[in-house]
Amino acid sequence: MSDNPVRNFAINFGPQHPAAHGVLRLVLELDGEVVERVDPHIGLLHRGTEKLMEARTYLQNVPYFDRLDYVAPMNQEHAFCLAIEKLLGIEVPRRGQLLRVLFCEIGRILSHLLNVTTQAMDVGALTPPLWGFEEREKLMVFYERASGARMHANYFRPGGVHLDCPPQLIDDIGAWCDPFLKTVDDLQDLFIENRIFKQRNVDIGVVSLEDCWRWGFSGVMVRGSGAAWDLRKAQPYECYEEIDFDIPVGRHGDNYDRQVIRMEEMRQSTKIMKQCIEKLSRADGKGPVATPHHKVVPPSRAEMKRSMEALIHHFKLYTEGFHVPAGEVYCGVEAPKGEFGVYLVSDGTDKPYRCKIRAPGFAHLSAMDFLCRKSMLADVSAILGSLDIVFGEVDR
Amino acid sequence: MMDNERRELLHQELKQHGDAIVAALPGAISDVKVAFGELTLTVQASRLIETVTFLRDDSSCLYVSFIDLTAVDYPLREHRFDVVTHLLSPKQNRRIRIKVETDDMTPVPSLAALYPAANWFEREAYDFFGVTFSGHPDLRRLLTDYGFDGHPLRKDFPMTGYAEVRYDDEQKRVVYEPVRLVQEFRNFDFLSPWEGAIDYVLPGDEKVKHNPQ
Repeated sequence: MSDNPVRNFAINFGPQHPAAHGVLRLVLELDGEVVERVDPHIGLLHRGTEKLMEARTYLQNVPYFDRLDYVAPMNQEHAFCLAIEKLLGIEVPRRGQLLRVLFCEIGRILSHLLNVTTQAMDVGALTPPLWGFEEREKLMVFYERASGARMHANYFRPGGVHLDCPPQLIDDIGAWCDPFLKTVDDLQDLFIENRIFKQRNVDIGVVSLEDCWRWGFSGVMVRGSGAAWDLRKAQPYECYEEIDFDIPVGRHGDNYDRQVIRMEEMRQSTKIMKQCIEKLSRADGKGPVATPHHKVVPPSRAEMKRSMEALIHHFKLYTEGFHVPAGEVYCGVEAPKGEFGVYLVSDGTDKPYRCKIRAPGFAHLSAMDFLCRKSMLADVSAILGSLDIVFGEVDR
Repeated sequence: MMDNERRELLHQELKQHGDAIVAALPGAISDVKVAFGELTLTVQASRLIETVTFLRDDSSCLYVSFIDLTAVDYPLREHRFDVVTHLLSPKQNRRIRIKVETDDMTPVPSLAALYPAANWFEREAYDFFGVTFSGHPDLRRLLTDYGFDGHPLRKDFPMTGYAEVRYDDEQKRVVYEPVRLVQEFRNFDFLSPWEGAIDYVLPGDEKVKHNPQ
């Protein structure tokens, strides 16, 4: 040991760094290569969504949710629509529910494919993202065929979904499922069993279950630490109750378990999608996709051309919007990244009085200091990748 | 019919649960409400820590998971802010909402010592609303710009804000300027049925006032 005083070293990680998964600035305090303190600076993608929402009608607000976690847009819309439906006390017809579940699971696969493969890239593998993005592209085409947009779908609406899917689209999604399972197996062979991937992820970023709850973790983060907690099972919404699927659970609470869980969840999501497709093609799966409540759901174009009443409803819904009874609700859904919640306060007018968006990534990122202390600098990006952060939802 | 029965049962169960919490902490909780199948407690700020500790540790509660903390602004009230916390009990599979009233001068006890997750949520509430938290380890702004002034989610803060930024090619840096809107934000008031536009003059209507007759 020399007598020279050793000084800690502070570096800036990001905001323009490929492993920061967006615009994150981490101020890292290092003692050699060991991380002593992490101070994440967020808000570089802050758009004031919650403030903007207070000046717009409920229907105009739905697209803002696509722009939160932009790798799984429809899952966010879902939480907002559920909150509005809870306040209005309306039910979604069966076909609408099945379509919602179908597209939520597509969203889950979109998100997991992106996360698992880019986390592998963070630890040195170049090929997985190329394989993953190919499947993502196919799923985005399904999004486009249902809603007209590859990402910012605006497909879920209060009361149901915007339009029914053509039968050909349902069939094509069905035909996508089985080959995709093969792709998941290929990805598994490609990097999950890989020696370097294991060296970089096993026993890195370990978090106990007790700490998970205290830090407000949800989704894959708590499942990785051993809790079989999934809102789709614990507090079922839509028709998840009647759908058969398993919850993969980890044991060690490290990066590796989380990535393996994400791989397995993709298989489970495919299983759910297949069941939805089967149910959609049965007789009780046919019918309307949105509730026939004309004070909330606008009439069809065809109806509008013939009926004066429908025209008036259409005009009122797209200018004034519908009024939501006063009250406050919290609705959470199991988004791919964890519990995505909407706390909605209504004052009885056509615009939300306050809408708090609870993003899972926000709670996960806040624990960066806790997770990275005393770990090596190179592990920071591996841990960050395994948290599954998307800045659209963290910064809002 | 089944659904209604189930809802009624849930309502009763939550009501009982709420009443049990009130009985366990006499004087701390000023209001218990069950609405839309959700339980809301209004807690005295001075006894917040005690209440939340009870909710976290008592075997009938076990709200160990911190979900959310935010504020809601009601500018006309004496205590204009509601600080709203959501907790989750994975064991009991229940959620709870805790409300504390405060104004912009009175700090609310920080929950960061009980749940480390509260740290950032409280920073966010401070940033957006200007609600302060006593005992918070590091109450800095979180989401707004470096050097930002004001609390944007307050109802008296304009949606467009006060400052806008652009890159200035001559100075070779980003400059801050007061917001200049090319077109007014069109805010229709749909609550009064006859006066659609209240805040601005419709094109052509400006002549009405200038007419000498």
